[in-house]
Amino acid sequence: MFSVGLTHYLVLSAILFSLGLFGVVTRRNAILVLMGIELILNSANINFIAFSHYGKLNIDGQLAAVFVIILAAAEAAVALAIVLNIYKTFQTVNVDEINKLKE
Amino acid sequence: MQMLDLIFYVFALLIIFSASVVVFAKNIIYSAFALLFTFFGVAAIYVLLTADFLAVTQLLIYVGGILVLMLFGVMLTHKLISVDIAVKPMRILPATIIIAMIAGTLIGIFTTTQWKSVESFNGNQIKTTTNLIGEAFLTAYLLPFEVASVVLLVALIGAALLARREKPKNNV
Amino acid sequence: MNQDLLVILSISNLLIPLLSFLILIFFGKRLPRGGDSIATTLLFIVLGSSFYVMFQKLMNFPDEAIQASFKWVSFGNVPFIGQLDIHLGIVLDNLSVIMLTVVAIVSSLVHLFSIGYMKDDVRYSRYFAFLGFFTFSMSVIVLTNNFFTMYVGWELVGISSYLLIGHWYEKKSASDAAIKAFIVNRIGDLGMFAGVMIIFFTFKTFSFDQIFNAISSGNIPMGSENWLTAAGILIFCGAIGKSAQFPLHVWLPDAMEGPTPVSALIHAATMVAAGVYLVARVFVMFTADALVFIAYIGAITAFISATIAIAQNDIKKVLAYSTISQLGYMIMGLGVGAYTAGFFHLTTHAMFKAGLFLGSGSVIHAMHHALHHQHDHQTDPQDIRNMGGLRQKMPVTFWTFLIFTLAISGVPFTSGFLSKDSILAGTLAFGNLTGHYLIPIIGFFVAGLTAFYMFRLVIITFLGEHKDNNRIVLIHESPAVMTIPLIIFAVLSFFAFYSLNPFDAAEGWIYKVLPRPDSVVPLASKAASSDVFNEALHHAHYPAMFLSLIIAGLGILFAYITYHWRKIDADKVAEKFKPVYQFLLNKWYFDELYGKIFVAGTHATTRILRWFDNNIIDGFVNNVGHWTVAITLGYKEQWKYKTLSSTVYLTVAIITSVLVTFFSASSLWPAASSIINYLFAIIIGIIAGSLTFFGFWAGAGGFDKYIVDGLVNGVAYLSGFFGLVFRKFQTGKIQTYLIFVLFGFIVLYFIFRFL
Repeated sequence: MFSVGLTHYLVLSAILFSLGLFGVVTRRNAILVLMGIELILNSANINFIAFSHYGKLNIDGQLAAVFVIILAAAEAAVALAIVLNIYKTFQTVNVDEINKLKE
Repeated sequence: MQMLDLIFYVFALLIIFSASVVVFAKNIIYSAFALLFTFFGVAAIYVLLTADFLAVTQLLIYVGGILVLMLFGVMLTHKLISVDIAVKPMRILPATIIIAMIAGTLIGIFTTTQWKSVESFNGNQIKTTTNLIGEAFLTAYLLPFEVASVVLLVALIGAALLARREKPKNNV
Repeated sequence: MNQDLLVILSISNLLIPLLSFLILIFFGKRLPRGGDSIATTLLFIVLGSSFYVMFQKLMNFPDEAIQASFKWVSFGNVPFIGQLDIHLGIVLDNLSVIMLTVVAIVSSLVHLFSIGYMKDDVRYSRYFAFLGFFTFSMSVIVLTNNFFTMYVGWELVGISSYLLIGHWYEKKSASDAAIKAFIVNRIGDLGMFAGVMIIFFTFKTFSFDQIFNAISSGNIPMGSENWLTAAGILIFCGAIGKSAQFPLHVWLPDAMEGPTPVSALIHAATMVAAGVYLVARVFVMFTADALVFIAYIGAITAFISATIAIAQNDIKKVLAYSTISQLGYMIMGLGVGAYTAGFFHLTTHAMFKAGLFLGSGSVIHAMHHALHHQHDHQTDPQDIRNMGGLRQKMPVTFWTFLIFTLAISGVPFTSGFLSKDSILAGTLAFGNLTGHYLIPIIGFFVAGLTAFYMFRLVIITFLGEHKDNNRIVLIHESPAVMTIPLIIFAVLSFFAFYSLNPFDAAEGWIYKVLPRPDSVVPLASKAASSDVFNEALHHAHYPAMFLSLIIAGLGILFAYITYHWRKIDADKVAEKFKPVYQFLLNKWYFDELYGKIFVAGTHATTRILRWFDNNIIDGFVNNVGHWTVAITLGYKEQWKYKTLSSTVYLTVAIITSVLVTFFSASSLWPAASSIINYLFAIIIGIIAGSLTFFGFWAGAGGFDKYIVDGLVNGVAYLSGFFGLVFRKFQTGKIQTYLIFVLFGFIVLYFIFRFL
């Protein structure tokens, strides 16, 4: 068993990313879709920090991760506000039932 | 196998397992709580990568902020007695195939690439990164930092505006 | 003493009124009493610091101009201009620190006065916000060291004047007056813009110092003094507009529709003086010709408006025309070269004219309240014929008003005597030097008129009996916030603040710190130099003083004879010289004249343009349309539009044959040049043209039917087909699309990976 290195972290992030993507694609519930997005963002953050640690990126990778977290927070707040609005309007948060524009 | 490796595998498994619960659970409340463990696991991974500030930030913002928001979202949009309705996934087959391809591709890329990794992990050299991050924010990254603050402000106002309850126009 | 401190203080003087504006415009409604105390306090801070700056500057650095500037923008290497950097900055010389203090004094006292005058106004806090904004804009003009920010400030005071004149915009006359002021100013600003552009394209800089240095080193626009004169006169156009000089003076009387304190601040003391300040600021670059032009404009303005003021009955209108007349004095003073006198008169005039306006505001305020109590909404509270006998009821207002009137009439021991006298001495000296005796004649005559109409105003308003016995008991002295500014202005109207010798301004401090700067223009077009002029001034001083004293005395005497002792019946005189009286009452018919020439002229021009548009342009377009229709329908409709379409066909055919002939002659047989070849080419051309013609005739319809229509229908059919196919993929669910995107991503990755 070789020691844990960069590849391990990258593979972990790839798995997390795929899981998040799966959630985004298959879930009906808008909040679950948002959770999937959070997983994807977390996987990206793991990548940033791993490269920052093992590469010669110094602190820059961590800074990128900080900005990702900031944007994730903003995105979650706005997205949930939109979800609440959708719920008020349609009485549902299932993304496949919200197709008013289609009709 | 060293101690640190063991810790890594424990937390990696925690992340994968809890993320799977998030994605596959029938009950949305389970998903939300599993997400909590995922975030904890990721924070632990950050610690392993000597990103102490990031780990704390992860806990504060994700666990303390975003997750609570999610829970609020869940509770405000569901009647608590019928939490499990309509969480059935859709398009399972095509999604599984495509995602499997993606995962395979990514893992393939990551494992086959010859990374020029410089192992800088040395127990004696661990320093706190908070100072470095703070300095970087106020020097080289000042503009993005300020822009981020504006983004947060806009998000704050926007979210409050979107989510506020309209006064009923006519008292029916 | 530190120069940096002065710079910082003056910049804060610039920004504090802006702060006041921002606070009041955003939070005014939430603040107690509309935030008036905040605005007033801030302005008094500005007042204190500008006094400090002025004293420090005059004591410690009397001879140098403190400059502070920064590179605002660098355009790099601009074609035709070269390296172009624009620097912005401020200059603190004796001129600007004195002006800054004048602005601060008047503005802060007007703030104070407005607390009383504007009480219960609907847009109280907005009013104070705009006062702050105006003070900021005015400070920009005063402090700037370049034409660029000067122009910016110029427009800023224009907009604040617009906003404040139109403060009661529900009144049609107020909003009209605001628009009129803005547009008339615009005309002057256009001239100023052109002048600044001439300067800029010659010297590639906006900075006053660099421009003056360049001119004094012999570098002048287009190498011609005439261009320099033109640039000077064009820049002076800005002053004509803002300082309400003839022929753009028509806006200022109408601007009295604004609240009276605004009239005091903007339309009497500071903004209208900006034109005078501008002339003083760029004084050194005016050529002798430009200065003569300026002097005559000032003299004409002074004369016209003084005559109009005699016949006006609205208290504010009289003061407005008196303001224009006094501004004409200042401009005239600068134009004849009495630089210090002109600016000195600006300073003193700012004090007593602001006082006069505030005094009239106090009167109007009292009248308004009395009329309000009587439920009388017909009587005009500003008409002096409805007043009279206010002296006992409003003693503070009366006595201060009297002091201001004495000052403006040029009675000794007042500030107005000092400054006006030195202007008149300057004009006399100018007349002696150059032979332009018309200017001193007008100057002295207007001095008499000024004394006459100002005393007429005082006598009719304050002395005699009130017209309505019920009303007079309702009239009260104004509250302390309104009388205190009046008293302060009255104190500032005495000679002692300007010169310890009440008969010679030249011994005062203003003359010490503001000597006339030496002109930088080339020698050939230079006005009389300072030494020569001062010599002449010295000789003219005492004659001018005695003459002006006599004339002012006569003016006052006539006013008393006519309106107080009533030895002469003013109405009878007016009846006797009815045409003249009507002419003056109607303000020389300037508004009507401009209405006839410019407004009606614009209407006529637009009518001509409309005819052109309707008949020529639309006609052309419509005919092209007809021809096109004719071409497409040519075959089907059996030459329905026969004449038009056949003409077009023929035209096209002729063009084709000419082109074909030309090319076949020039390119097919370039070497040979015999006449037969040309003939042959012509025949080919004619054949080509004929073929074109018949092709059109026969084929236009068919081409349209099968090729054009076919193409269009084919596209529609194909779209429908693909629509049916792709509809299968369109589920309308974003997640489905995401799957497609991911699939595409993988495919692309492998394509790039293995190819």
